[in-house]
Amino acid sequence: MKQQNLLEGRAVYIVDGARTPFLKARGKPGPFHASDLAVAAGRSLLSCQPCAASQLDEVILGCVSSGPDEANIARVVALRLGCGHKVPAWTVQRNCASGMQALDSAAKDIVSGRAELVLAGGTESMSHSPVLLNPLMVNWLAEWNRSASTTARLKQLTKLSGKHLTPVIGLLRGLTDPVVGLSMGQTAEILANRFGISRTMMDKYASKSHLRLGGAIDNGYLEELVPLYADDGTLYQQDDGVRRDSTVETLSKLKPVFDRKFGSVTAGNSAQVTDGAAMLLLASADAVEHYQLPVLARIRDVQWAGLDPAQMGLGPVYAMAPLLERNALNSSDINYWEINEAFSAQVLACRMAWEDAQFCREELDQQQAFGEIPCDRLNVDGGAVSIGHPVGASGARIVLHLAHILKRHRAKNGIASLCIGGGQGGAMWITNDARQESDKAGGEADE
Amino acid sequence: MNNWNFEIDTENIAWLHVDMQDSGANILSREMLEELDHQLLSISQHNPVGLVILSNKTSGFIAGADVKAFAGMTDRHEAEQLIHHAHEILDHLEKLPFPSVACIHGFCLGGGLELALACSYRIASDDADVRIGFPETRLGIFPGFAGTVRSTALIGHLNALQLMLTNRNLNGWQAKNIGLVDEVVPTRQFKSAARYLIHNRPHRRHPPLLQRLAGVSLLRSGITTWLKHQLSKKASIEHYPAPYALLDHWNTSAGSPQQMALSEQQEVARLLTGETAQNLIRVFLLQNRLKAQKGDPEFNPAHVHVVGGGLMGGDIAAWCSLKGIRVTLQDQSPEMLSRAIGRAQKLFSKRLRNKLKVRDAMDRLIPDHLARGVPRADVVIEAIYEDAEAKQALYQQLEPRMKSDAILATNTSSIPLEILAEKLQDPGRLVGLHFFNPVAKMPLLEIVTMDSTDAAVVERALAFCKRISKLPLLVKSSPGFLVNRVLLPYLMEAMQLHKEGVPAAVIDKAAKEFGMPMGPIELADTVGLDICKSVAEKMGNTLAIEVPQELINMVEAGKLGRKSGEGFYRYEKGKAVKQESSQPVDKILADRLIGRLLNEAVATLREGVVEDADAVDAGIIFGTGFAPFRGGPMHYIENYGREAMLEKIQQLEQQYGERFKPDSGWQPPSPTGRGSG
Repeated sequence: MKQQNLLEGRAVYIVDGARTPFLKARGKPGPFHASDLAVAAGRSLLSCQPCAASQLDEVILGCVSSGPDEANIARVVALRLGCGHKVPAWTVQRNCASGMQALDSAAKDIVSGRAELVLAGGTESMSHSPVLLNPLMVNWLAEWNRSASTTARLKQLTKLSGKHLTPVIGLLRGLTDPVVGLSMGQTAEILANRFGISRTMMDKYASKSHLRLGGAIDNGYLEELVPLYADDGTLYQQDDGVRRDSTVETLSKLKPVFDRKFGSVTAGNSAQVTDGAAMLLLASADAVEHYQLPVLARIRDVQWAGLDPAQMGLGPVYAMAPLLERNALNSSDINYWEINEAFSAQVLACRMAWEDAQFCREELDQQQAFGEIPCDRLNVDGGAVSIGHPVGASGARIVLHLAHILKRHRAKNGIASLCIGGGQGGAMWITNDARQESDKAGGEADE
Repeated sequence: MNNWNFEIDTENIAWLHVDMQDSGANILSREMLEELDHQLLSISQHNPVGLVILSNKTSGFIAGADVKAFAGMTDRHEAEQLIHHAHEILDHLEKLPFPSVACIHGFCLGGGLELALACSYRIASDDADVRIGFPETRLGIFPGFAGTVRSTALIGHLNALQLMLTNRNLNGWQAKNIGLVDEVVPTRQFKSAARYLIHNRPHRRHPPLLQRLAGVSLLRSGITTWLKHQLSKKASIEHYPAPYALLDHWNTSAGSPQQMALSEQQEVARLLTGETAQNLIRVFLLQNRLKAQKGDPEFNPAHVHVVGGGLMGGDIAAWCSLKGIRVTLQDQSPEMLSRAIGRAQKLFSKRLRNKLKVRDAMDRLIPDHLARGVPRADVVIEAIYEDAEAKQALYQQLEPRMKSDAILATNTSSIPLEILAEKLQDPGRLVGLHFFNPVAKMPLLEIVTMDSTDAAVVERALAFCKRISKLPLLVKSSPGFLVNRVLLPYLMEAMQLHKEGVPAAVIDKAAKEFGMPMGPIELADTVGLDICKSVAEKMGNTLAIEVPQELINMVEAGKLGRKSGEGFYRYEKGKAVKQESSQPVDKILADRLIGRLLNEAVATLREGVVEDADAVDAGIIFGTGFAPFRGGPMHYIENYGREAMLEKIQQLEQQYGERFKPDSGWQPPSPTGRGSG
């Protein structure tokens, strides 16, 4: 059955948002836990609002893997932000789209009238992903605890070998599809193969991502960025994965890491493993009026879709197709696009599929292909390849940044979309027409 | 009187609740003790199986004896009577024919602890805010309700002496470690723990062998000598006789409890009626006087915005966050803020000691280089560099964005508020909140007002001061306000002495012998010579003070004091390298230093910078650490003899010239005279 656009009823506004710099994981736990990142972005966002943290109706956070001291991380963050005991909070998980899921969940609660004012976003500290004991070691320890006598313990000690000590790297397991057994990078190799995407095309795309981010930084386009301060005062002001000197030549020297030796997906043309958080304040029209809130953008519609896990990188096209169709939009109506750069190959594959008549007919149930997604309208300020992809946060980041792009260009329509490990896609349509629809919306939305 | 109320439960246990009427805390006044005695008698008539004493106050168990009643007590015999009576009452408690239990939460200090020690058992709450200790020597006495007798017996001689000499406060776990309490439990378990102790009557543990051995008479005199030697490094017997008297008392009487009790009564009575204790009690009461200024009860600041992430601004922001307020801290760039954040983290770790609480304090302290927090702030504190135009320009940005009832405060130390208020839409909303460096250590906060300052704003400033646990002193806007105004001539005289060839260490020694906590030269180095110079320049005109050439030269050479590693002293690892001399210091040095300070203090009072002489004393003691045992500069003048002191100043004028010219305020008698707050 075809879905309806729920959000046509009650308007859902993006009041404002903030994100932390995205910090590349450098082999050891970074200076911030996932909750620290969300608190840093959230407190800065809330400190300048006309409403107090305690006036929120709920806090929703996306996070794929929170730390052992962060069960229901949204609640931890809400309390640390000073929301008080009475503001409920919950955490959502839809892998790489968890941050977008949080926004969708918040939007749905606003549309249904359950909430007026919601803090929603995503956070991830991938550098803190757990390192686990392997099952051999867990069993060995259980035996050890059961051995009562010294001789039994000595005997147990003799059974300990090197195999026991091999750890399970949580991050690698998390980035491997548990159903089809492929790593995320391997699914990108599959797409590269299917759509004939060469290594050079990937590296070219990756290099452009870095150049675009560098330009955005220099032009001050990353307005939503708030600095991070570690406990010792160390300051982090920018996304630290950007390589301004990145070229196809330098990228071509990297070795493929997923299909070793003969593949073409490398660390250089894939999203970076990163720590970061993005937080947005969403409000109903009533809340906008009541608190005299400014408005940055409006969330218009959301679509989720499923597909073959081995082709998960095509998720965006499966999600965007019904979203555009339902709202009678074509590519040409969309001013700016954000398709999360999980892998360069995967973004390129999405564009090719979108513009391929046969694919659109067979896979997306369309009469014809969608129009072109122009290169200069897609991920214009860089993407996960250069900025990084803290899995829980990216969905919120691309929506927030897309809103800023629309504002900057006084453009109307934007689509933000992600592929999702496990074989899903998510897409969100936002508009910058808040002022026309609500004259209460403050003066800054459309300069 | 309903200060003590008991009920007997079905298990035949008597529960005695202490709840002093019309008081936030329980205080062991004479009436309170007598009522306790009366209640103990009534309880005994019921033949209960045990007695449990609990406090109904949220602030704690019992905060101590009634210090106010000690003020002005000069009759030694009367004091001894009073103390003897307290001993008798606590003896009654100890000798009850059934076990007694004290349940301790919050404050259990001085007399409160002595009462708890007279019980058979003590239970402490495991809350972090539990404070168990003997603060008496800070008031120039030592524990006088048989505290020296019972503590030495219970926890051993060395432990007890250490507790009494250092005034250290213990939490429940620390108290249990040395055997001062029997159980540490969450407050919700007080009743079951008390029932357990009464029904099971566990044996009281003995102090460890070493602790008991220390009380053997042969060893006592050696220990006394050694401890006195340790003490002399911190406080001299001339200035602070009480700890020395405590050691002598212990040395001579610790062999027999009866003798010890008697000696305690006599010695504490002697100290209590002496000048030092009376002066220190005065200081305690002055502190209470400042604390009593509570301000607007409706004003409950939840958000403070601080502009200026330098040493002062950063530390003010950290202090407010430590006290549970959300803070946004603004400076021109994130780089400027990062150092303040690092410093705050150190402060929080040191003060809070609990990872979760440190994290919460860090979460509350929000670096805000874009000044986004202004519209939400209840208090905006400006702590940028001392430049009137820059401050005015800043206020013009801040004022339109501020909440209508938010306070606009400046931490200026030298620019008149009248000038800063000039370009404000509402000049009446500006108030000075003058913090002292280091913020976390200095208890005083000068609240500076102009004639035009809105009275409601002053009330809100007082409430804010209370909220962040500082002692408020209302001062009129005038150069240097009170504290810096009085300190400056003293520092200038020190530099004059230095110029005359007196070594820095000798000058500092002279001041310390008078009783100052730190010498003037080291103080100048610590404050920063650049800051001294700028304050001297700004105040110099009005106070007819010339900035010493030496100071100018040093600042130009980059010798800024402790922070730059060299000023009047060289600093190694943050400590001044001094050439100590054992030679006695010429009395004239202290006379010159203190003479100028006193003369300026008299001038501030004449000009009405603060309300009265007691306010001068309170400000100078808590703002500079001025020898507390002397009771403050105005009190010192009165004690010394006003005429005699004036004569001394006049002699200095003859000898050293104009700068010692007595202020006209010396002539008429002091308007308020002495008082005790």
